[in-house]
Amino acid sequence: MIAEGGFRQPLNRVVAPLLMIGAFVGAWEIYARNSSIGDTVLPPFSRVAQAGWADRQSLVANTLPTLREVLVGFAISVLFAFLISILLDVSPRANRAVMPLLIGSQTIPLVVLAPLFVIWFGFGFFPKILLVTLVTFFPIVVGLIDGYASSERDSVTLLRTMGAGTLTVFRLVRLPSAMPGFFTGLRIGVTYAVVAAIFAEYAGAVNGLGVYIQGASGSFRTDLVLAGVLVAATLTLVLYALTVLVQRLAIPWYTQSREVSR
Amino acid sequence: MTKIPAISLRRLSKSFGDLDVLGEMDLDVGRGEFVSILGPSGCGKSTLLSILSGIEEATTGEITIHGTPLNESGQPFAWMPQSDALLPWRTVVDNVGLGYQVAGGLRKREAREQARFLLPAFGLEEFSRALPYQLSGGMRQRVALARTIAQGRDMLLLDEPFGALDAITRTELQLWLEQIWGVERPTVILITHDVREAVLLSDRIYVFSDRPGQIVAEFEVPLERPRTIEMLAGPQATQLELDLLRALHVGSGDTP
Ligand SMILES: Nc1ncnc2c1ncn2[C@@H]1O[C@H](COP(=O)(O)OP(=O)(O)OP(=O)(O)O)[C@@H](O)[C@H]1O
Ligand SMILES: [Mg+2]
Repeated sequence: MIAEGGFRQPLNRVVAPLLMIGAFVGAWEIYARNSSIGDTVLPPFSRVAQAGWADRQSLVANTLPTLREVLVGFAISVLFAFLISILLDVSPRANRAVMPLLIGSQTIPLVVLAPLFVIWFGFGFFPKILLVTLVTFFPIVVGLIDGYASSERDSVTLLRTMGAGTLTVFRLVRLPSAMPGFFTGLRIGVTYAVVAAIFAEYAGAVNGLGVYIQGASGSFRTDLVLAGVLVAATLTLVLYALTVLVQRLAIPWYTQSREVSR
Repeated sequence: MTKIPAISLRRLSKSFGDLDVLGEMDLDVGRGEFVSILGPSGCGKSTLLSILSGIEEATTGEITIHGTPLNESGQPFAWMPQSDALLPWRTVVDNVGLGYQVAGGLRKREAREQARFLLPAFGLEEFSRALPYQLSGGMRQRVALARTIAQGRDMLLLDEPFGALDAITRTELQLWLEQIWGVERPTVILITHDVREAVLLSDRIYVFSDRPGQIVAEFEVPLERPRTIEMLAGPQATQLELDLLRALHVGSGDTP
């Protein structure tokens, strides 16, 4: 079982998604070439790739700031999520008081918020990371809180009978129990992060993928718009894959046990 | 009893709100004695262990440990919960080490060193770095038992340690437990549903009634130690098994 699965699985994991992406790109190419829509409105993939490659310098120069916003915003988000979740976990009263506020923060439409942030905080780095943080912390907090709650009762009780205090119980049982939930939240959060950063840039920025896409759109370069979108999608995929990788390394006891029981 | 018992319960009872779980009971366990409690499901056996280990408070009555009230006795018990409660992210050696780490106050690394010494006696040496999901049910129970021993208390509370195992593994582990118990002879209270297990392991057996749990019978086990499976087939053991089943009202038609 181990030999067979170990050999075949990684291959499937790479080949199957690549085939899907290939099929999508192929369908796009064929449709764009044969339909009457016209190249300027729906350029085929090959043209998007060519245009993107030709403009690679500008594309890379605008991807880096976006990546930086995403990484910094996401890091703050994780930190913040841990602090909030611990507070909410130790104090049920805080949970009741703060949770509605957190949920409320998630209902504000980004379209409204992003321009406001620009008015309040200017065109710089800060409003971007603020938006990324705001959008990504919620799934992480929820993942953590659910995770704490998933601790085995007997394990907690056992530690108590051994004389462990609240802090020891948290460190040795509740926190590790929350790791699967944390990584689920992390994966959801990371898929929103790039979109949030681009949104923030759209509302007003000096550079970034959002600015790039906006500029290309203003000059009717649909091929470059799509090139920008492809880069954003790739960025999200890579970040997602990284999270999965970190999860595999950080909590092998969870990932592996699930593979066995499949 | 002339000596002061290791564990002594007087008029102990327990209710959860309106639910009477344990009726008034007196119960004694001598030092180094292996006592089993046999009783139907839901009669409050686990609850009794929760009270002893300090998780729950008794509603009425007193508990003394070597003559001292329980709440002035520190923590004399190492408890093994009905589920094995292994931490899935800890290797075998670190799950065992948890006893040294938390109950003994050692650092994780020191606890691991200590735990390593314990593994061979439990047949876990080769699996020291395995994670719980990689273990068979029997091995998991051995890890949980080792963790209980690692707490370094002189009295053990074992809640159906072999309840979830198949008959073959269970018998093997019972014989093995009797063996390692014989080395230091700690005071043990074992909860079980299994009549043979009680006979094979105990010095004395209490039988509980349906909820609210009360002592309906008490038996001395007239077998020598170390115990063997052959003894189970002897006339004394078979008679005792029969008496126990009768005390539990098995086969009398009045069990649900
Ligand atoms: N914390 C609690 N709050 C309320 N009721 C409880 C609590 N703990 C146990 N009970 C109830 O007390 C009764 C006895 O439970 P207990 O777990 O002690 O039974 P048991 O004899 O160990 O049963 P089993 O053999 O099935 O393990 C059950 O009806 C249970 O629902
Ligand atoms: Mg029980």
